[in-house]
Amino acid sequence: MSATPLLELRGIDKSFGPVQVLRDVAFAAYPGEVTALVGDNGAGKSTLVKCISGIYPIDAGEFVFDGQPVTISSPRDAASLGIEVVYQDLALCDNLDIVQNMFLGREKRNGLVLDEPTMEQMAAETLAGLSVRTVKSLRQHVSSLSGGQRQTVAIAKAVLWNSKLVILDEPTAALGVAQTAQVLELVRRLADNGLAVVLISHNMNDVFAVSDRIAALYLGQMVAQVKTTEITHAQVVELITAGRSGELGLAVDPGVNGNGAAPADSTTGGVS
Amino acid sequence: MSITAVTKEGPAAVAPAPTVGSHVRGYWQRVRGGDIGALPAVAGLLVLCTIFSIMRPSFLTAGNFANLFTQGAAVTLIAMGLVFVLLLGEIDLSAGFASGVCAAVLANLITVLGYPWYVAVLAALLTGMVIGTILGFLVAKVGIPSFVVTLAGFLAFQGVVLLLMKEGRNISVREPVVVAIVNRNMPVALGWTLAAIAVAGFAVVQLLRYRSRAARNLINDPFPVVLGRIAALALVLGLAVYVLNLERSLNVLITSLKGVPIVVPIVAVLLVVLTFVLQRTSYGRHIYAVGGNREAARRAGINVDRIRISAFMICSTMAAVGGIVAASRANSVDPNTGGSNVLLYAVGAAVIGGTSLFGGKGRILDAVLGGAVVAVIDNGMGLMGYSSGVKYVVTGVVLLLAASVDALSRRRASATGNR
Repeated sequence: MSATPLLELRGIDKSFGPVQVLRDVAFAAYPGEVTALVGDNGAGKSTLVKCISGIYPIDAGEFVFDGQPVTISSPRDAASLGIEVVYQDLALCDNLDIVQNMFLGREKRNGLVLDEPTMEQMAAETLAGLSVRTVKSLRQHVSSLSGGQRQTVAIAKAVLWNSKLVILDEPTAALGVAQTAQVLELVRRLADNGLAVVLISHNMNDVFAVSDRIAALYLGQMVAQVKTTEITHAQVVELITAGRSGELGLAVDPGVNGNGAAPADSTTGGVS
Repeated sequence: MSITAVTKEGPAAVAPAPTVGSHVRGYWQRVRGGDIGALPAVAGLLVLCTIFSIMRPSFLTAGNFANLFTQGAAVTLIAMGLVFVLLLGEIDLSAGFASGVCAAVLANLITVLGYPWYVAVLAALLTGMVIGTILGFLVAKVGIPSFVVTLAGFLAFQGVVLLLMKEGRNISVREPVVVAIVNRNMPVALGWTLAAIAVAGFAVVQLLRYRSRAARNLINDPFPVVLGRIAALALVLGLAVYVLNLERSLNVLITSLKGVPIVVPIVAVLLVVLTFVLQRTSYGRHIYAVGGNREAARRAGINVDRIRISAFMICSTMAAVGGIVAASRANSVDPNTGGSNVLLYAVGAAVIGGTSLFGGKGRILDAVLGGAVVAVIDNGMGLMGYSSGVKYVVTGVVLLLAASVDALSRRRASATGNR
């Protein structure tokens, strides 16, 4: 698909005190594609996402967004670039309805008064654009929705703002089979609508079902970013657990390993 | 289904438009699902009024009806402020004595220092605002639980009232404007005019809303329901104004006593303004959001600390309004103003009306309905000649009952996935 990445990270370092969580990470997300970000617990997936969304400042490295070098120092910067994150714990208010949740913090107003009809209409159009037909009424409280419906609302909230990059943190972790299929279909549709989508998941079936590329983190290093068609299930598991698989991943000799710069560069360079 | 109804293709795919029947069924379903709202308060009000009217015919007189308003006004006003704090899932135990402090400031400025009434009223309101700011700061920025902060405030303000009262003297308030708030009535014609304006205003807002939603093909309440709402308000207001405009004086030759007490439109205006703030502004929306899920609100870019501090400010300012009304009603301020049962009556009023103690659910109207229930209990049991001991016990039981209804309906709601 598109050759130039929407978001490109180069040489990202991030430490918490003495613990280095991200080492020289390179990462790219392409418009119209789903990039799966995989890695074991503690590999640095969430930290990387929080760096992208401006929650954590980075120690070193550069961001290139839409061809322009940018600095993201707060969630507001990320939002103004068009980066939206759907967190694992959804961040919806149970006591508000779907429209109210989708516009929370960014309400449309007519002077002082909330412009409810416009918000309801925009929400309806967004959900219709995502072909969501599982929601009965836009005015029902989120508490009455199923897990899959809540996830749908959270994703719709993220795409409402003409966002360009949507990051989904484990969107299917708590869902049943049918609902997982619904959400994955929605994820695929986001990419087909031209958005760059980053999907964090532990579930290899989900990853292979929807992603175009797979980026694997291992102990804070990006060990591979390859096309999904060019890699097997078993290889991904090896990358996640051991940091390398055959030609892919970290160099065999731990002496050459250094800070992991060489292997990460060679793999990502080969793909893009 | 409703999603397809509002796409640009037009109304071809419209879901079955809600009818009066489906509207009523939907409401009944919500009630059964645990979303009972103000239903217990309204039912309680009807039951209590029926009982008291049968037991004591003097309960059902125009004079006593007017008494209910003047007796319940101060507690209702404090309860209206408390709704903001309760919506956040916090509590303000100091609201009673905060109203006492503000009333003491008012009395000192008017009677002791001789300032005009508007300076004193402004100073009282400002005192409330400052108290609220301090409480809110301690809760939101320092991070002390609101229960502890306001319990400390409860004790400290009690002391402040004593200090302001120079060790327990009571200060009389004879300033005509302040005394008039509760003790004077509006001319009969003005009462009717204001009621007509209120109904007309409500009708215009409802019809405009109906039209703008219909124009955009959004799901609308059925038109008869909209008309029914307007008619219901007209009926209730008309009846209330009619009764209040009856002659209440025992001997018309000595003095004529009729008209709507001046405090009633004050409560009504505050009800409308605060309801507007909560339901129609983004500030109000953010209050509900913080009460529902503080972390979600924070991630949505809402300044949670600011919302929390401002809610305490509104609460204490409304307590100041309640204090002014209490001072007006008693024609004086004493060290017990805002003390004893005022706070519990106010919390009770908000909760009985349907405001949840768990946060995120409640309306200003709840405080008014609950305030009416509390006033009816207080008044009716007084007429029946029960001692204040019995009154306290009964009010406590009613508060507990309301809190149980809140907790149980919440459990039912989570079981049915309604809330």
